[in-house]
Amino acid sequence: MDAIILQILNGLDKGSAYALIALGLTLIFGTLGVVNFAHGALFMIGAFCSVTLSKLLNLSFETVDPTQKDFLGNPLKVKTPYVESWFGPEVGATIIDWSVPLAILFAIPIMLVIGYVMERGLIKHFYKRPHADQILVTFGLAIVLQEIVKFYFGANPIQTPAPDALSGVANLGGALGLQIAYPIWRLVYIGFSLLLIFGAFAFLQFTTFGMVVRAGMADRETVQLLGIDIDRRFTIMFGLAAAIAGLAGVMYGPINAPNYHMGMDFLVLSFVVVVVGGMGSLPGAVLAGFLLGILEAFASTTWATTTIPGINQIIIYLVAIIVLLTRPRGLMGKKGVMED
Amino acid sequence: MLGLKKHDLSLLIIVAILTMAAPFLLNPFPTESGMAQFNAGYPDLMQKFVIFGIFAIGFNILFGLTGYLSFGHAAFLGVGSYACVWMFKLLGYNVLPGILLSIVVSGLFALLIGVITLRRSGIYFSILTLAFAQMSFALAYSVLSNPKFNLTNGETGLQVYADDPQWFHSDRLPDLPHLFGLSMRATHRMELGAWEFQFNVGYYMCAVIMLLCFYLAIRIFRSPFGLMLRAVKSNQQRMNYTGLNSRPYTLAAFVISGMYAGLAGGLLSAVDPLAGAERMQWTASGEVVLMTILGGAGTLIGPVLGAGLIKYFENIFSKINESVLHGWFGFLPDGLEDFVITLVYPFVGKGWHLTLGVIFMLVVIFLPGGLVEGGQRIGRLFRGKKPSGAAKSATTEPAE
Amino acid sequence: MGILEVKNVNKRFGGLQALGDVNLSVAENTVHAIIGPNGAGKSTLLNVLVGKLIPDTGSVMFDGQSVLGRKPYEINQMGISRVFQTPEIFGDLTVMENMMIACFAQRDGAFRMHAVGSMWSERDIVATAEDMLESMNLQDKRDMHSASMSRGDKRRLEIAMCLAQSPRLLLLDEPTAGMSRSDTNNTIDLLKKIKQDRDITIAIIEHDMHVVFSLAERITVLAQGTPLVEDTPEKIKGHPKVREAYLGESQVAA
Repeated sequence: MDAIILQILNGLDKGSAYALIALGLTLIFGTLGVVNFAHGALFMIGAFCSVTLSKLLNLSFETVDPTQKDFLGNPLKVKTPYVESWFGPEVGATIIDWSVPLAILFAIPIMLVIGYVMERGLIKHFYKRPHADQILVTFGLAIVLQEIVKFYFGANPIQTPAPDALSGVANLGGALGLQIAYPIWRLVYIGFSLLLIFGAFAFLQFTTFGMVVRAGMADRETVQLLGIDIDRRFTIMFGLAAAIAGLAGVMYGPINAPNYHMGMDFLVLSFVVVVVGGMGSLPGAVLAGFLLGILEAFASTTWATTTIPGINQIIIYLVAIIVLLTRPRGLMGKKGVMED
Repeated sequence: MLGLKKHDLSLLIIVAILTMAAPFLLNPFPTESGMAQFNAGYPDLMQKFVIFGIFAIGFNILFGLTGYLSFGHAAFLGVGSYACVWMFKLLGYNVLPGILLSIVVSGLFALLIGVITLRRSGIYFSILTLAFAQMSFALAYSVLSNPKFNLTNGETGLQVYADDPQWFHSDRLPDLPHLFGLSMRATHRMELGAWEFQFNVGYYMCAVIMLLCFYLAIRIFRSPFGLMLRAVKSNQQRMNYTGLNSRPYTLAAFVISGMYAGLAGGLLSAVDPLAGAERMQWTASGEVVLMTILGGAGTLIGPVLGAGLIKYFENIFSKINESVLHGWFGFLPDGLEDFVITLVYPFVGKGWHLTLGVIFMLVVIFLPGGLVEGGQRIGRLFRGKKPSGAAKSATTEPAE
Repeated sequence: MGILEVKNVNKRFGGLQALGDVNLSVAENTVHAIIGPNGAGKSTLLNVLVGKLIPDTGSVMFDGQSVLGRKPYEINQMGISRVFQTPEIFGDLTVMENMMIACFAQRDGAFRMHAVGSMWSERDIVATAEDMLESMNLQDKRDMHSASMSRGDKRRLEIAMCLAQSPRLLLLDEPTAGMSRSDTNNTIDLLKKIKQDRDITIAIIEHDMHVVFSLAERITVLAQGTPLVEDTPEKIKGHPKVREAYLGESQVAA
């Protein structure tokens, strides 16, 4: 029982990353009809937003402390981060410690702008071009973004620790008499993702803006005939999708240290998630993300990997193939989306 | 001649001359000169040029003609590599059975994957092929390399060990891949003044095979079958309402291009008998996409050019480091020199991927016909012709 | 017994009854027009005939064989060719290549692996294609990119491609939509000539009454997914129910 719950939790945190990326991919596909191969790069950029912020917060000046000597007998140089000198040592240290959650605030405007620029500057010109061209140009963009990050941050993963208060292990289920130790940050990640997902759905469901967007997804021309500038709204949706991917990346840093190719790794699986969920279906993307995440977690147990070695690495693809052969539209796909 | 029209025949002859003379053409700089590091005429790299040329030619038969964008072609390359090494392990180091088996096995594998993925078109097809290739990679990397059933030898890569059967191996034969006793590594060096040229058996074998592949590709392009494949790309609706079943046409194209990829994989093993799973990774599939688009999808010569360009970038351009740049821009005043180098540095050396990505994007945005179209446009500019209707049709036709 | 027999065909889309109990019989070697106001189900009916849509109930027989459940290319191989409202041609290819594809499809069937022979050395195909172009007055545009032609030329090419397959039934979906008056008249003349030269049945869906009354030998009026009347053009013109349902208060073209 404990083990099962543990695996479900494992699945949920991987699944929530899939779900968030897949959600963004589906939003972009549903609104703009573009498959964005650069979406993984947005996830990666999000993660590097928190890397950047923590670097900025750690910017320090050096002072010489005559009371202390280093091992050569010279006066010791002490590095003090500017934030500590501005806000006092305690507050400053706390700010640095909480740099990952703070990066959420930092990342939102950046991701919105990146998304906006990407759509207006590049993708806009590809609506009338064949799907293959859209894939190719976003694929090229993904390479460029990835290489830029690699140039500035290097090829090695960069540790972005969670705040001390959230980096321990929580003992869950004590009340139920179960023994489940689980890293707190992963629980935070699951919670954050759910919040983000519900936020996105609530936004689409309950605001006028979201209503218009949904109407536009269903029938773009009719909405335009009503005199609504749907293109501008779709651009904003692109920015939002970029922000969702970015935030998923920011928060993912403490789970896996960000590196420049993390986006591509997630992208391939997220595509599979989108296809399994059903192209163009938002609930489908989320559902499939969590389901496949959980499935992968169960396939990663020692029992599974000793029975069939490597099953954890192919399970998602296997399921995807089976789903597509039996339900070509995916779990919740709508009729007529991307059919011949 | 050879069933080709004059135009295609001259293209084939030009390509033949270029590949045969490649050891000269790619080594323009004397061995001792500072520019010698830009010489590409060494066997290892020349082999890559032609092998990846084959890979790209095959990919182009699918993408260039039918417009189906596969993001999983590296899987066939990998399967071909493994098949060839297995022949080395079982039969011996003669490359012929290995190459033949790699074509057959990858063809069958492509048939299997094609039947499933071609149920869909457009984006769906791209994603499905991508998923299949990643699954093949995971299979090769871990699932099929356990002690009970070791088909791929996982991370280490598949290679020949001393205790392998090698039934047809004899002491008279080289202990490395060979073609009836002629070692793939055998290289004749020719000193000519300050220059040195290398003629390598492996390269010439691959080059001849590439010419055959290129010839076959021209024939396919100009055949009724090729016409139908272009019809698939142009308008599937009209095709169906003209009584044509597009599915077997695309499947045939998929299998043919898979066999090309398998052949390329087999040749990679033939010149270097070690097959690793990373050859199947989706970045490798992305690479052949880059090659084909960069050179010019749907053109005959484009993919070969693209393959050459990318391999040159990867092996030569990537060697440019800061000191080389200082050498180049040394004539500038100091401050300016540093400034220029700071600007250029991210794009060269280890940053060659960035340059590649930027060039690729520019090509997709402005030059959908790739470098071949670029060349044609420049050619027209010099001849002073305005891009008339006739010229327009020439660019979109799979000419050159 | 007509060459095309539609019996009790029903098709619903959700709550909308697109076709309700459609019965239609097209006699061999006639020109049969199907008219009706927007949303009458004309396009749905056409899509049922060519296999794009499968009706909920009913049967569609072509020359004694059912077409239901067959793929569009199979139905085409049975002898039904379709001309689209906006000309569907292979825009990336030259006019001659377009023609050749149709000729290959006629000769080789739905699929034939013909991967190494040169398409230009297929003399009979080249000859047929060239003849066909000539008969349509398209020979000057032989090597033109078909997408860059005028709409009228595209239409003629599309019809030529359909005829190259020697269909027994030609379905035309508003063949003159969006055409100028002179292009429309040319198309009418072309269709008349085709009818004269060949043993062919033509079923035409059309808005333009001028076209309908110049060509049709029989007319079926469709309204709200159900055939209202079927008769000769003369009778249709004067029919009160038709006036009410379709022509309304308006002009009957001379």
